[in-house]
Amino acid sequence: MSTTLLFVQALNGLQFGILLFLVAAGLTLVFGVMDFINLAHGVQYMLGAYLGATFAAWTGSFWLALLLTLPATLAIGLLLEFLIFRHLYERDHLSQVLATFGVILFLNQGVKAVFGAAPMQMPMPDLLTGGVPIMDGLLYPTYRIAILVAGLATAALLWFLVERTRAGMLVRAGASNAPMVSALGVDIRRLFMLVFGFGAMLAGFAGVMAAPIFSVEPGMGDNLLILAFVVIVIGGIGSVRGAFIAALLVGLVETLGRSLMPDLMRLFLDPSAARQTGAALASMLIYVVMAAILAFRPAGLFPARR
Amino acid sequence: MAFQDKSGLARRTLLASSAAVLAAPAVQAQTAPIKVGVVAVLTGPQAALGTQLRDGWMLGMRQLNNQMGGRPVESIVIDDELRPDVAVTKIRAALERDRVDFVVGVVFSNVLAAIMRPVTEANTFLISTNAGPSTFAGRGCNPFFFTTSYNNDQVHSVMGQAAQDAGYRRVFLMTPNYQAGRDAMAGFKSRFQGTVVDEVYVPLTQLDFSAELARIASLRPDAIFTFMPGGLGVNLVRQYRQAGLANIPFLSTFTVDEATLPAQGEAALGFFSAASWAPNMDNPANRRFVTDFEAAFNYVPATYAAQAFDAANLLNSAVRRVGGNLTDKNALRTAIAAADFTSVRGPFRFGTNQYPVQDFWQLQVARRPDGKFQTETVRRVLEANVDPWAAECRMPTRI
Amino acid sequence: MKGRDLAVPLVIFALLALAPFIGLGQGHTLTLLARAMIFAMAAMSLSLLVGGAGLVSLGHAAMLGVGAYAVVVLDHARITEAWMVVPIAILAAALFALLTGAIAIRTSGVHFIMITLAFGQMAFFTTSSLAIYGGDDGYTLYNRLELFGSRALEGRLFFHFTCLILLVGVWALVQALLNSRFGRVLQATRENEARARAVGFEPYPYRLAAYAIAGAIGGLAGVLLANAAEFVAPAYLTWQRSGDLLFMVILGGLAGPHGALMGALAFVLIEEWLAKVTEHWRLIFGPLLIFCVFFMRGGIAGLLRRG
Repeated sequence: MSTTLLFVQALNGLQFGILLFLVAAGLTLVFGVMDFINLAHGVQYMLGAYLGATFAAWTGSFWLALLLTLPATLAIGLLLEFLIFRHLYERDHLSQVLATFGVILFLNQGVKAVFGAAPMQMPMPDLLTGGVPIMDGLLYPTYRIAILVAGLATAALLWFLVERTRAGMLVRAGASNAPMVSALGVDIRRLFMLVFGFGAMLAGFAGVMAAPIFSVEPGMGDNLLILAFVVIVIGGIGSVRGAFIAALLVGLVETLGRSLMPDLMRLFLDPSAARQTGAALASMLIYVVMAAILAFRPAGLFPARR
Repeated sequence: MAFQDKSGLARRTLLASSAAVLAAPAVQAQTAPIKVGVVAVLTGPQAALGTQLRDGWMLGMRQLNNQMGGRPVESIVIDDELRPDVAVTKIRAALERDRVDFVVGVVFSNVLAAIMRPVTEANTFLISTNAGPSTFAGRGCNPFFFTTSYNNDQVHSVMGQAAQDAGYRRVFLMTPNYQAGRDAMAGFKSRFQGTVVDEVYVPLTQLDFSAELARIASLRPDAIFTFMPGGLGVNLVRQYRQAGLANIPFLSTFTVDEATLPAQGEAALGFFSAASWAPNMDNPANRRFVTDFEAAFNYVPATYAAQAFDAANLLNSAVRRVGGNLTDKNALRTAIAAADFTSVRGPFRFGTNQYPVQDFWQLQVARRPDGKFQTETVRRVLEANVDPWAAECRMPTRI
Repeated sequence: MKGRDLAVPLVIFALLALAPFIGLGQGHTLTLLARAMIFAMAAMSLSLLVGGAGLVSLGHAAMLGVGAYAVVVLDHARITEAWMVVPIAILAAALFALLTGAIAIRTSGVHFIMITLAFGQMAFFTTSSLAIYGGDDGYTLYNRLELFGSRALEGRLFFHFTCLILLVGVWALVQALLNSRFGRVLQATRENEARARAVGFEPYPYRLAAYAIAGAIGGLAGVLLANAAEFVAPAYLTWQRSGDLLFMVILGGLAGPHGALMGALAFVLIEEWLAKVTEHWRLIFGPLLIFCVFFMRGGIAGLLRRG
């Protein structure tokens, strides 16, 4: 594989990683601060995509859709928090798992009932169509550059919020030791609501951004959810920095693994077997990496809790 | 939206035929309703395909006034959820409790394989309207099994032949990493004689094809061949266009069909596909089918719907031939095998293994004057094609 | 063990035994009940891990998968005698559990969940790529296992009671394990690991043993699943299936294996019944689960305990 191709693959991996980060960031905060396993985070991503597609169809503009979707997903996130999730903070993880699974079932089916089962169209904004020639005959879509930029900007914003603001300090403290923070007189309820709403909005934002390049269909968040959990486990629960590094790592491993694994297998097997085994191994690669990291750092790379 | 009312149509059919039965207490077997189990995936990410299948069948029934051979028809819709063991449970219920006379449907090959035994061992005819695995085309052929679709291998070989005819020398192949994907590659290669520059298998859950697209660009093939059903196809087509690769001809099967075109939109324009039917086929039966389908359900039908529609007319012709008497299975089988109906795809007949012998076309994605997208015939690639497994079938002459 | 914990499962077993004679004897109903009983078996083995050891496994479907595919591999090699296939399948599943558990049990909490998920995924991808056994298209079993050369298991009633007897056996085994010294140590390590260590019990070997036993029982359930459906596919090993098993255990309550028993039966039967009512049954099932979590702490078993 030429260096140009390798570079392009690495870039693709980073971009996928950035998207993963947007989904994982909210998840790790919610888990870290509130000790709440939110399986429904994937459907919040899906709702962002569906709302984005719907608003885009109504207004005809991607930007307006984006502007409308963010508060919409925030509102839905807060609604779910109010109706269901806040009653589960005190409960054990297993109850949380079962209840959020119920939410997944309901919303996946609801989306299908309202929008139909067929994938939906989300047009790309005119400003960002086209691409940059990155290789002979290959364009790197401008839109993906925009995702990279948006993702990095969000990461920077999050870093600023978490490290440099008072609210962020409370979030970090809550991730380390929530009861202590409450005991020190902070309104923990409001903090939780803030964290949850923000996480939901991040997931929704990821959904809208992903919609023009990925298919908008019921259940689109389910497999991404698994990857997001892998990311936060590798990165360390409660750590946004960990989620960022881990997301990039997962994105790179996924993308580079898929391109390199079949070639690697060709050293040992005939071409046909190499391709299929390579493909199968590439699917497993991310889990092997996760297991390896957990073997040395059981709490992840940057655990929030000491 | 009109096309949301699908289950309502099924229930109305049920009620209508039940009312007919109740109204005539001294009913004879000849006027008792014929029950048909319609099996399709109606939940989960692939539900769009099962929905097409069901709608195609229901339209067929509606055009026949919910009758076959003078007897009312009760269609029992079964959601297989793409879970083989669930499908087995439900099909057993349909066979034993509901006593269905026919089982029609199935989008996916693994579900078909799961229900093959229960249905055929209950001496009930199974008509597949989409899945056409090779397993049942050759040595596994079964007198109770017919398909109105095709043998999976055939469709992919059409694209291989088309690539060969077009003079492409170097082709890049890409499919998902499961049995159907492997079959697709084998099918393409069975007729394509040029060089395969690479064969890439992607996970079924893949979202982002950027790695594979970069590889394609680096290899600069004359064309690519791909089989990417459902959401995979939506993502691939959009990303392919966005990466500026559209100048490399896109040959495909089941990737740019009417189920995914609404989401793919302009990105798919000009891409090629292969099938035995397209919505623009110009014969009276097809024109009527497409018009009625769009009027009823408000979306463009794909092969899943067309083949199910054909199954409705096929069974109607068979029931008419036996005068409504379904008890003589041999006679019924002969009647079905006669295929004495007008198919929407033109000439249609069954081969010795009870898979269709039909023409295959190269299709291209186009935009209709009303703004919707569909595949349109470009040229006939294979004429009266028999699937490669037919010779291995040892079909018993009598059941 | 409370009296109710014994009474409820016995009533359920009695109902299952009577089912064929009170109008539920048709083939398709027995198929449904068989599926419910098989998943109940799998759920009870999972409850040994979740309720007993505090190990939440999201890869338990792989144990069933290994058992089911053992049947496939042996069937392909023309070995169909139950007294050979069943022990081999159970052993294979136990071995798989032992090897993966040896690594997984070094972790805890959500990390354990993710590692078990990872192993489950690996098993899934492996079975999907085994073209010789049909890969993703699955493998049709033309006959159920032979019982000492006879085709007894083909009989619906016989199969029903075979499943039922094995179900009772699994329940008794899990119950006995939890009540034994082994079980008490296991639960002690779940409740307070440091204290258990202080008393001299190293958690690791107990947990690994529990994991292997749960795997073995899962393998048995897999053998029965293969025979019930007469079809095996990688679809049996997805993480969604593992999730379903976990939800059955949680729904039923963690007080003991009877919780998992009730949870699994409820899950399978409600799914089946709701699906008849409407195509959009998940719109009802989802909130139903949420309702159960809110108002039925301790699951179904907890509800019966209080009532």
